[in-house]
Amino acid sequence: MEKQYKVIVGLGSCGIAAGGLKVMEAIKAKQATTPVTVSVDETGCMGMCYKEVLVEIVNPDGKSYIYGNVTPDKVDRLFAEHIGNGQPITEWVVQGCDLKTSEDSFFDKQERIVLRRCGKINPESLDEAIAMDAYKAIGKAIKTMTPEQVIEEVLASGLRGRGGAGFPTGMKWKFANASKGSKKYIICNADEGDPGAFMDRSVLEGDPHAVLEGMMIAGYAIGADEAYIYARAEYPIAIKRLKIAIKAAEERGLLGKNVLGTNFNFKIKIKEGAGAFVCGEETALISSIEGKRGMPRIRPPFPAQSGLFGKPTNINNVETFANVAYIILNGAGSYNKYGTEKSKGTKVFALAGKIARGGLVEVPMGIALRDIIYEIGGGTSSGKPFKAVQMGGPSGGCIPAHLLDTIVDYDSVNQTGAIMGSGGMIVMDEDNCMVDIARYFLSFTQSESCGKCTFCKIGTNRMLEILTRLTTGEGREGDIELLEELSDQIRRNALCGLGQTAPNPVLTTLKYFRHEYEAHIKDKKCPAKQCRPLIKYVILEDKCIGCTACSRVCPVKAISGEPKKAHKIDSSLCTKCGACKEKCRFSAIEID
Amino acid sequence: MHNQEIQAAYGYLPKDVLDKMCEKTGMFPTQVMGVATFYSQFRLEPTGEHVIKICFGTACHVNGAEKVADALADELKVEFGGTTKDGKFTLETVACLGCCSLAPVIMIDEEAYGRLTPDSARKIIRDYYETGRA
Repeated sequence: MEKQYKVIVGLGSCGIAAGGLKVMEAIKAKQATTPVTVSVDETGCMGMCYKEVLVEIVNPDGKSYIYGNVTPDKVDRLFAEHIGNGQPITEWVVQGCDLKTSEDSFFDKQERIVLRRCGKINPESLDEAIAMDAYKAIGKAIKTMTPEQVIEEVLASGLRGRGGAGFPTGMKWKFANASKGSKKYIICNADEGDPGAFMDRSVLEGDPHAVLEGMMIAGYAIGADEAYIYARAEYPIAIKRLKIAIKAAEERGLLGKNVLGTNFNFKIKIKEGAGAFVCGEETALISSIEGKRGMPRIRPPFPAQSGLFGKPTNINNVETFANVAYIILNGAGSYNKYGTEKSKGTKVFALAGKIARGGLVEVPMGIALRDIIYEIGGGTSSGKPFKAVQMGGPSGGCIPAHLLDTIVDYDSVNQTGAIMGSGGMIVMDEDNCMVDIARYFLSFTQSESCGKCTFCKIGTNRMLEILTRLTTGEGREGDIELLEELSDQIRRNALCGLGQTAPNPVLTTLKYFRHEYEAHIKDKKCPAKQCRPLIKYVILEDKCIGCTACSRVCPVKAISGEPKKAHKIDSSLCTKCGACKEKCRFSAIEID
Repeated sequence: MHNQEIQAAYGYLPKDVLDKMCEKTGMFPTQVMGVATFYSQFRLEPTGEHVIKICFGTACHVNGAEKVADALADELKVEFGGTTKDGKFTLETVACLGCCSLAPVIMIDEEAYGRLTPDSARKIIRDYYETGRA
């Protein structure tokens, strides 16, 4: 093929949401009118979500440059200077092979195993995946290894379940392998329901073949010939790309009957979820695939003995599967050289919230939280002091600033009261109220509780009532103790993981930010100035010049005053929406 | 689950269609309604012309999603889960849209709008009306 420029647009969900399709349109229009031949392609998430839309230009000699914050009106200059004159536009480059940029530290501490092909291949092209080693591992496994050897290799790698609980993957496979029965199932849990987590979506959108291949290897290891991917319906792009990937692999003889000419058969079906967080719990998920209400049941029996349609079933999460082919192809040693004694390999995190460089990062286990937040993430987006990082979503907890040297491994994170979780990492600054955060998570778990067991159904409701009381200035003496008692009961008695972990956000914020709870109860104050019933907006007379901007933007006409004279806010009308403060260019509006 | 197919065809689960399904499959109405009301995706009422989904994910929450949501509810004069009187918009909240780096985010039909303020959210709606899309 003739050497030519290659332009690649990042079209994961984030890229599309940031306007990637419009950039793509502009590039295609330009491609048609440019005298030089340019190939245009798309890829999944490149990781630097904070710089979306991302466009990579690869020179004919293979040198690559990634541009950030690309808009359609920047396309002309990219074509004229980079492609026309061969001069990369250095001030727009966020990563260049021979350029130093301010963004390099985003990648310096990362190790990409799960994301090995994400952002590098067109996820809808099987050939591009194969050119980067896809489906080599399944060939190696079925042609040169016994199922037991595959399991041994995964055990030796130290891989633990990336859905959050951290159960050793090889052990799970061993149980399912040992279960008797001619019919067994593999399930991929792609019901990524944690608000604030998008690791699995990005993997499915960026490299669906990695997940399919991992599932096939698991199928071979336990003796299953059929599999389901249970995917969130909220992820239409991931589902579409999975369907394309499955079809392409089937047509190529990589999936379906007689995989790679052997007598190994494997069929993968997609089952779309319908919006129920509890379906991330394995027994609820199974019930949902069977067409019923997604409610968990008591274990044992574990799915490895009796799972989908009563058959032995092995369930792993998307990221877990995405690791498997790498381990089989390169050996356990290439994987367990990363990490700590009990947590091997790498972990993908979705870095979001008040963080300067939010995005998808993959780091070796054992890295300090401080390095992720400051070196990779660039600190808080507001420039204000860091307050806490929330790990593990509704099942996890908040880790405060003084514990930032905690390293990322299952046991160290557990010691803080948070959990590793599936990989959501939400950064908060001093403006975030920790009581409000606890209330937020409880309102989530309460509304997602399936209603089967009393401790979860009623317990989370009671906890939410108390937290709502606190954030509306109606907290009572004894509320903290009541929260602690309820937490303890729910933790010990709820039926499934959803309920058992629901109190975690409350317990960790109580542990590290108890003074904020006390301020809400005793002083009826919100120290972070977030809880609306506890705050008041005031105009500082000496700073207000009477520009009237605030009174014009106020949706309830609570601000009055003559032009060029200091204005006033009528607290009885004010809904505390904050529009005035945002509009004021003279810092004349404060929260009291 | 046939409910997903029915909803794909009608946009919601009409009662007479569910009744028909029970007749044909021998399922009990309680079973069907049990599933229909368990999952948040299923609707028993038709929606407006456009569906606005306000993301209430954690990243959006810490970046002020609530204020954006209130502004939209005020602009459209509608409660969460409801449809405007003119039938143009249905306003919903969702757990997470997964575009966390653009927080706070809303999605109107298939298009996402990110890095919103209460003000810019109102402008999007006005723009829909002004340009005749609603």
